[in-house]
Amino acid sequence: MADTQTARPVLDLREVTKFFGGLSAVKGLSLALPRGALWGLIGPNGAGKTTVFNLITGLIKVSEGEIIFGDERIDGLEPYEITRMGVARTFQNIRLFSNLSVLDNVRIAYHPHAGYSFGDSMLRTRRFTAKEKELTDQAMEFLSIFKLQGIAEETARNLPYGEQRRVEIARALACNPQVLLLDEPAAGMNPREIQELMDLIHFIRDRFKLTILLIEHQMRVVMGICEYLTVMDFGEVIARGTPKEIQGNQKVVEAYLGKGVASSAAG
Amino acid sequence: MELGYLFSTIVKMAALVAWIYGLLWGLNRKLLWQKALTVILAFGVIQGAFLLSFGDFAVFSGFDQGLLFQAVSMAMVAVGLNVIYGFNGQFSLAQWGFYGIGAYVAADITWWWSSGNASGLLVAGIGVILGGLAIALVGRLLRLKRGIPVLSAFTFYLIAVVAAGAVAMYLGHALVPLVQAGFGTKAAPGILASAAAQQVVFILAVVIAGAFAAEISFLFGLPVLTLGSDYFGIATLGFAIVVQTLMVNSDTILPFPEMKGGRGMIGIPRLTTWATAFIFLLLVIILVRNFVKSSTGRATLSVREDETAARAMGIDIAQSKLLSFVLGSFLAGIGGALYAHYIGFLSPSMFSFIAGFNPLIIVVFGGLGSITGSLAASVAWIFFLEGFLRVLLGQMGTEAPTWRFVLYPIALLLLMLMRPQGLLGTVEWGFLKADRLLKKVKPADAKTPAAVQKENS
Repeated sequence: MADTQTARPVLDLREVTKFFGGLSAVKGLSLALPRGALWGLIGPNGAGKTTVFNLITGLIKVSEGEIIFGDERIDGLEPYEITRMGVARTFQNIRLFSNLSVLDNVRIAYHPHAGYSFGDSMLRTRRFTAKEKELTDQAMEFLSIFKLQGIAEETARNLPYGEQRRVEIARALACNPQVLLLDEPAAGMNPREIQELMDLIHFIRDRFKLTILLIEHQMRVVMGICEYLTVMDFGEVIARGTPKEIQGNQKVVEAYLGKGVASSAAG
Repeated sequence: MELGYLFSTIVKMAALVAWIYGLLWGLNRKLLWQKALTVILAFGVIQGAFLLSFGDFAVFSGFDQGLLFQAVSMAMVAVGLNVIYGFNGQFSLAQWGFYGIGAYVAADITWWWSSGNASGLLVAGIGVILGGLAIALVGRLLRLKRGIPVLSAFTFYLIAVVAAGAVAMYLGHALVPLVQAGFGTKAAPGILASAAAQQVVFILAVVIAGAFAAEISFLFGLPVLTLGSDYFGIATLGFAIVVQTLMVNSDTILPFPEMKGGRGMIGIPRLTTWATAFIFLLLVIILVRNFVKSSTGRATLSVREDETAARAMGIDIAQSKLLSFVLGSFLAGIGGALYAHYIGFLSPSMFSFIAGFNPLIIVVFGGLGSITGSLAASVAWIFFLEGFLRVLLGQMGTEAPTWRFVLYPIALLLLMLMRPQGLLGTVEWGFLKADRLLKKVKPADAKTPAAVQKENS
């Protein structure tokens, strides 16, 4: 860990605070993601994890503090600009474009680099035809990485839950990100699906050279794949460390289970 | 007589829907000559039907022809609205206002032209071009600095467009003498007064009217589209009312005495022929197809499906909404211009916001997200309501036609109960459906979902 921390972080949250009215959902959160990390963000319900994701992706604006991606400040940018710079995400409750085909879901993510203008598409120029073909081929190839090519023309809504999760991850990766934010990817999955998901996450990190930040409740996933954890409670970081260290952390156990239970469990 | 009329109307409706099917099917053929032949045939069949008559019985009587022209212009409005509401998910009641704007702008141009004055064409033409350039320029400048609030951006655009309008006013009037010589005198009309010149001016007027509606929709949409969908709907209702109020007072608070305010504008040259209507319909179909079946079109769909996810996928949703709104309004403007030159008379009451629900009903009736549905439903709607019901009920007494406003809501209600997704759902025919690029992608790879699941486990 030592050398990754001295290297320049790819995503750096500095003292980020978010107020909703008088309530602070996130308080002075600092988090530096080293390049290539598989980082977990955990904490009990309502700890503000998803808010952190929304802040990073610009869906909600930061009240105080700053977020640096690479060399640039990204807090205050529009969500689409942040995504185009290289931060993609999935959602806790799957948000596919449910009436569109799987292929179109992926092709939409390609839109910012479609390579032809609005004028090209209206006049159906040669460039349009060539680029559109290229884009479609690329999307199909991309889907085949996830073994989704067979259901490319299926409507997203009709897919089983596990596959929808995979499509959503594929769609996020189609944005060509450097940092991928996964919001509870294992929610609602059975043990076999969880195992597949863990393999998938490892696979995409190596294949696309990603940095992954992951929110998760399933301890199996967290302990299984995360290299480093940040634990939040009531909008604040209460602990950081490797999964091993976190497991034995008194504060974390308390946050999850409550004080009384924790002391009796520890004893 | 009544049964015969009933029968012939149903046959005509079915024939026109079949005609739409044929046209879309033919346009989807691979080779260019096949497409060209389709276009010629599609044009010829209707033109032939216009001319064909057996003694007293005309296959397509003047009345039916009128219905067809109404249906064509309604189809453009409906397709435009489908782009906004069906594809982009923005509930808009302003469509009818843009239809009215298109109608009045085009009518004003040709009205002045046919009375020997080119100022209408010159001012509107130059205005639309300069307005477009001004918007493009301001857009480029605004992109240099980021984080400009939308209302400030709107103010800049507004100032630029008003300035462009003022310049156009000055330039247009200054150029009039150059053109005026071509009109000749009453006794010896010059070339500019000829029928051919009138047609050219008419076509220009239609395009200008569309562009004018598009630019207005840009200015209106820019601030208003940032509102959520429901609020946007209310704002568009306001727009429709403002437009109608301006029409009613066009000779008092607006400087257009020829529009005659609430009394209605008369003497618009009836220049819409089947040829022009057909060509514009064809262009509309092709443009909308090209729009929908492109990356921009998919981005538009993603905004309808899930705005938050679209933003997270790198889609500029504000831009996407504005684009589809402007495109839809452009089509409405064209439809209005064609309608004005078919009917030859415009009255503000035609553009009341109540009538504005008609395209909305057609779009829902045909299927949100189905261009084919909007086309077919426009034909069915006009022939059913204006043709069939009005004539049939008219034979039962002078007051009876009022019943159609009871009968068609019932028909609508039944449809919504039985087929809430509209007649065609999201089904498209032929040309509008084809995604050839997709078909080319390795069919060998296509597996059933079951096979894939097996493979994965």
